[in-house]
Amino acid sequence: MIEELTRLIIDSTRELAAEQGLELQGEPRPETQLFGDGGVLDSMALVSLVIAVEQAIEEKYGVGVALADEKALSQRSSPYRTIASLAAYAAGELGARRKNG
Amino acid sequence: MAEPVTLITGTRKGIGRHLAEHYLARGHRVVGCSRNAAEFEHERYRHEIADVADEPAVKELFLRLRRDFGRLDHLVNNAGIASMNHSLLTPVATVRRVMDTNFTGAFLFAREAAKIMQKARFGRIVNFTTVAVPMSLEGEAAYVASKAAVEALTRVMARELAEFGVTVNAVGPVPIETDLIRAVPKAKIDALVARQAIRRLGRLEDVANVVDFYLRPESDFITGQVLYLGGV
Repeated sequence: MIEELTRLIIDSTRELAAEQGLELQGEPRPETQLFGDGGVLDSMALVSLVIAVEQAIEEKYGVGVALADEKALSQRSSPYRTIASLAAYAAGELGARRKNG
Repeated sequence: MAEPVTLITGTRKGIGRHLAEHYLARGHRVVGCSRNAAEFEHERYRHEIADVADEPAVKELFLRLRRDFGRLDHLVNNAGIASMNHSLLTPVATVRRVMDTNFTGAFLFAREAAKIMQKARFGRIVNFTTVAVPMSLEGEAAYVASKAAVEALTRVMARELAEFGVTVNAVGPVPIETDLIRAVPKAKIDALVARQAIRRLGRLEDVANVVDFYLRPESDFITGQVLYLGGV
């Protein structure tokens, strides 16, 4: 599932960059820094990306997940650092939502 | 499909229904919502049954909207309930119900609507307050507090969403002949109207006129505003 979600976030990042004219420093990869030191997104672009990923997950899996809840915002190592960390966080949230029906 | 998509909450009756018909007449595709079935039909009208404060139901509504329309131009957060009671006689269950529908419902719809609008870099959100807020109307503590919260939400979201091309404003009607005020004694309504600069009951068209103004493309420099009717 992580690979699928990584692909989905890469696609969303690429689409967002095209829409907003963002410099991605090459093709987005799992290691691409999203937010924070060396990140390619400013805070507003991060908001847009999180929304886009939430919507894409909802469409693909038919389950609504929140990737910006209090848990995500209070984690010491932010899930928004890289594409891989966001994919791992999304996988955790998606797994929890599916388990709870 | 060039017709704008307008989502209006609380369209079963009163102001919401009037606005739904008003924007249908102007060629919009209108999605309405209330806790019960609609009492009118139109080829460009879709009715959703949902409690505006029920997050899973609202998220599903928006998922369908996004899937079927792919856009959302306008949100009119009209759904609201009132409760007339001295604060000393108001049960907490009533306070929660009023806050849930009036504030939480408006928040939830604005949040989900803005998620769609930000992508298009265009959107108009119109919230509903009341002249009872600036009047600090006694006997309506929960209602007034819930609408004061809506005004604060309007101003904060206006700032947060400006960068996305989305405006957030509010309209504050005076008493209008709808179910919401039918239960209020006439003497009380008369006393309220006497506090307006223009002393008459509001009309549905008065409200539609303000909403029209906020929705106009030319109003893209107007956000975070609260406009009261009747010169309050």
